[in-house]
This record gives sequence, C-alpha cells and structure tokens, in this order.
Amino acid sequence: MNLYAASKVAYRSLRANKMRSILTMLGMIIGVAAVIAMVAIGAGANERISAQIASIGSNLILILPGSTTSGGLRSGFGGVPTLTMGDAKAIGKELPAVGLSTPSVRNTAQVVYGNQNWSTIIQGVSPEFFQIREWMLTGGRYFSGGDVDAAAKVAVVGQTVADNLFGEESPVGKVLRIKRVPFTVVGILERKGQSPQGQDQDDTVIIPVTTAQKKLFGSAHIGTVGTILVQAVDGPSVKEAEKQTTDLLRQRHRIGPGQEPDFSVRNLSEMLAVAEASTRIMSLLLGAIASVSLLVGGIGIMNIMLVSVTERTREIGIRMAVGAREKDILLQFLIEALVLAVTGGAIGILVGVGGSSLISLFAGWSTLISPGAIFLAFGFSAAVGIFFGFYPARKASRLDPIEALRYE
Amino acid sequence: MGIPAIEVKDLCKTYRLGEVNVEALRDVTLTIDRAEFIAVMGASGSGKSTLMNILGCLDRPTSGTYRLDGDDVGTLPRDALAGIRRKKVGFVFQGFNLLSRMTALENVELPMIYESVASSVRRERAREALRAVGILDREHHLPSQMSGGQQQRVAIARAIVNTPSLLLADEPTGNLDTATSVEIMRTFQGLADERGITLVLVTHETDIAQYSKRIVRFRDGRIIADHPVGAP
Repeated sequence: MNLYAASKVAYRSLRANKMRSILTMLGMIIGVAAVIAMVAIGAGANERISAQIASIGSNLILILPGSTTSGGLRSGFGGVPTLTMGDAKAIGKELPAVGLSTPSVRNTAQVVYGNQNWSTIIQGVSPEFFQIREWMLTGGRYFSGGDVDAAAKVAVVGQTVADNLFGEESPVGKVLRIKRVPFTVVGILERKGQSPQGQDQDDTVIIPVTTAQKKLFGSAHIGTVGTILVQAVDGPSVKEAEKQTTDLLRQRHRIGPGQEPDFSVRNLSEMLAVAEASTRIMSLLLGAIASVSLLVGGIGIMNIMLVSVTERTREIGIRMAVGAREKDILLQFLIEALVLAVTGGAIGILVGVGGSSLISLFAGWSTLISPGAIFLAFGFSAAVGIFFGFYPARKASRLDPIEALRYE
Repeated sequence: MGIPAIEVKDLCKTYRLGEVNVEALRDVTLTIDRAEFIAVMGASGSGKSTLMNILGCLDRPTSGTYRLDGDDVGTLPRDALAGIRRKKVGFVFQGFNLLSRMTALENVELPMIYESVASSVRRERAREALRAVGILDREHHLPSQMSGGQQQRVAIARAIVNTPSLLLADEPTGNLDTATSVEIMRTFQGLADERGITLVLVTHETDIAQYSKRIVRFRDGRIIADHPVGAP
C-alpha cells in the first residue's frame, strides 16, 4: 500500500468520526497555538530589549568619576569631578581597542523659546557622541569639531524638546535660550524612545561640551567633565578596551598599584546583555510551559487512536485476511494519527498567529512571530503524531487476524 | 494431475485456553486437487474452522506440513503469509465482512490496494469481478444498502479479484435464506468450473454440501469420512 492510498483511507476514517476527530485535534490546536503565542510574546519582549540596547549604542563603556576619600569621607561615584577633557582626548586617540570617545557634561536646565519653556537635560558632548549613539537627524546638521573648538552656541534638539517648545514650527535656525544664553538650533534628532531604564531619551538638548563648560554651567574645576563615553572598535574588543582605558586612566591620574582608582569603568553592553539573557530565559520558560499542552494534546491523540483500534478490530481483521501486511496496518493508523496531529498543528498555527496579533492589539505587548517558531511548532506536532500514534498503530498491526475477524 | 493444490500431512493444532490445551486438529492428512470443489462438514468445535484458518494462511499449524501449490507455507513468517493470502487465497465469510464505509466497488478493490495495483487497473479488475458474480449494477452501493445475498456476492467478487488459486468459504450461506443460498452456491459452482479455482467450503448444512463434489467430515479434530458427493 502506498502513502497516497494510506492517506486516503486515514482521511476517510477521520471524516467518519467528525466530532471525535475535531475534539482530538482541538488538543493539538490549543497546544500549538499556545506554543506559537508564548514564543511570539517572548520573542517580542526580547526584540524590544534588543531595540533598546541598540538605541543606547553598541559596545559601550561608561567612565564615571570618583570615588575619592578625603579625611575618611568617601564620596560616591561622580561625586568629585576627576575626569578631564585631556582624559577623554587621550582615550580616543591613544588606545587601539577604542574606536570613539566623547566627554559628557550633563545638567538639567530651563529652556525657553518665545513664550514656551521646558525643563530638560542639557548634554555637552563632542560630535563623536552622535556616532557612538548612532543617532540620526531628521533635519539640519550635527555640530562640528570646529563648533566645539570655538565653544559655539549651537544646539541639536531631541524630538520631545522640539515638540514642546516649537510645536508645529521647524526648530532649525531658531534661537532658544538655555539659562538666558541664546543658542541657535542647528539640527533635530530622530526619535529614540525610551531607554532600558524607562527614561525619555528624546527629552534633551545637545550642545558642544566646551560651550557647556564655559558658557553655561561653569565649574569649580575648569576642564573637568562629568562622564566619558567610550565605544570599543568591535564587540570582542569591549573587554580589551575596558582594560586599556583603566590602565591609561590610572597612569594619567598617577594611581599606583593597589591604590583605589578615582574613577570607575562600567561595561554598559554587559549590563544590557544580562537584561537580554533574562528575557530569553523568560521566553524559554513560556515556551516550555506551552509545550506541556502540546504533550497533553499528543496524549489525547494516543487515547483516541487506541479507542479507534479497538473499535475497528474487525476492519483490521478483514484487511489482514485480504492480504494486508503488518506494515500496511501500521502505516494506516500511523498516518491517521499524523493527519490528526498535523491538521491540528496547522490550525493551531493559524490560531496562534491570530491570537498573538490579538494580544499585541489589546494587551499592547509586542509580539514577534518568527518563521522558525512556526516550522518548529509544525514539525513538533508531526513528531507528536508519530510518537503518540506509534503505539496504537503497532498494537493494531500486531493483532491476530483470526481473533480480529471474530471480534464483535 | 501434477502437484495437488493442497497437501496437508499429519497436521496438528493445539490451542491454549487458560490452563487447558485444546487439540483442535489431530493428525489431519488431506490432499485436494486443483479446481476441486470440496465441502468440509462437522459440528461446531470439530476443527473445521481451524483447518480453514490454516489453509487460508491466517494461522500456522503446531506440527505437520501444509503445502499450497507445492510450497511449504506452514512455517512462513507473518508477512509472508499475508503475501500468500493476497496472491493465492480468497476468503468468503458467513458474516460477509465487507467494510461498511466503502462502496461495493471499493470493497472489491481492497486486496489490490495491498498489491499496489494502479488505480485505473484496480477499478477495471474490480468491475470485472463484480460482473462475474452478477452484481455490477450495485457497484456504488454501500453494504448497508444491499441485501445479504448481494453483499455475499460482493464478498465473492473481492475474494476472486486477485485471481487466487484457492477460495475458502466459511459458512457462506449461514446468514442467507434458502433461495439466495441456492444462487450463491450456483455462483461458487460456476467459479470452480469456469476458472479452475480450488474451492473449500465449510458448512454444517447437508443441502449446501451437495453442491460440492467431495465431502470431508470432521469430528473432534479428526477426519471421520471422506467421500464423493452422492455416496453415503
């Protein structure tokens, strides 16, 4: 008996018991749909985290000043400005593992344009900042190295600031005031959305670091910067860049071996990787729980196939009497189980895909359906069909034809 | 006459029923020629059905030899026996044993499905077989839509569709009225005469046995009589 003939026989007998077949399939449908939906939710969460990580920039190291101890009083990180413009320049130029670096001075200030005002974060940085953060413009231009050298009063604004101060107007070329100092807006940044910590990254005005130091915030310590943001040349070099940066700064700050450094180096990528790993575990867990329902669906198939074999004992006997071999009977029942599982699986995929779009529509969770998950679910349901169909099919094929023919 | 169709020698079959051994056949020796029409008679429990199962390769003897067309088939494995049933043996049962969800034509096609015959050839041969037993006009009917006699004809068509050399009929008229029984027996006679099929008929009705040419009587697993029809 060939596969086609066996499939036809299987299809007919499933149709003969419609209600039973549908209910059995329902187990598979729920199982596959659950796996697809859960994996989609997990993948969606994972993708959101990845997008947030990408919005921060890749392969980043953050250098914070402090902590220092003076007279037994320890200040926290960032408490004492110990990093200088010189440090930032040296890191960018001297270290092979470092691609780009930018000093950063941050402060909150009131920004005024016309009769609108808005409190936002002012960041003084060098032009490399935009490259490191991979932050594109929607209009205008970035400020240049020349602007930094000249401490020019130019600003690039984030979307949130642009919306709140300028409304419908185009900010480029307009003059806004930060703490009464006039700045010309030269560019608008594209929207980045929330940071992994939940802050609005677009609520910012970015100006040359020198301007921030000299004309806006002033400082008790001339030439110091708040933090230094460093980007390694590539992913594998992050560790090396971390080490080189630490060594360089220890040397520049004349910190002997064994002494506590007056700065700290943090690997941002590593922190984010941890966050990514935890969502991956979560999605794995969700998928695993959903797989249990797939297993239950498989047991349902096995159950109904066993009933079916018993019910059709006489049919099996007749088929054997006219010359069916063991493998013919085995194939027939195996295909029946497979058809149940695979049809259920196919419907389950549709339900799962539909269900996850409903979830993202109503619950607002981001979901992501990958073709891989669909293939996996489909393959898994076929495997369940074969696995759970095998025992009943084998039982059928091993029947004694005489007993089977006598069965009432 | 050459090699006989069936050659059974010292055949024994012992069943285990719980704690007891039941000797269904004891040293049965029997030779049936080609195209012979033979009736096996006996009370229930006499061993005639057991003999039938062994002759039909549904069962294997405990001891003794069984040669079908000269080949020793008594010790073959299950799948080989299935092959013999498919190619050489046709069964007709008392209860017809048609598959209820299939039409007459599909039921007749069934043995050929396991023989992997192409579907167009299958259809053609199935219709031929239905025509031979005079029931072609019912080819698209389900068994439930046919009378007992019609169902038995379909079953006969199924039994002969693979052109077997041996046709086994187990009480084929047991569920039929007298007039229909006569028709069915005439059909069997025709098949034996025209097609040269060896026909073994199991029955306990003397009238039915008269359609055959030779009667073998069983009691307690042994042959007690073997004579041509007409003799006492």
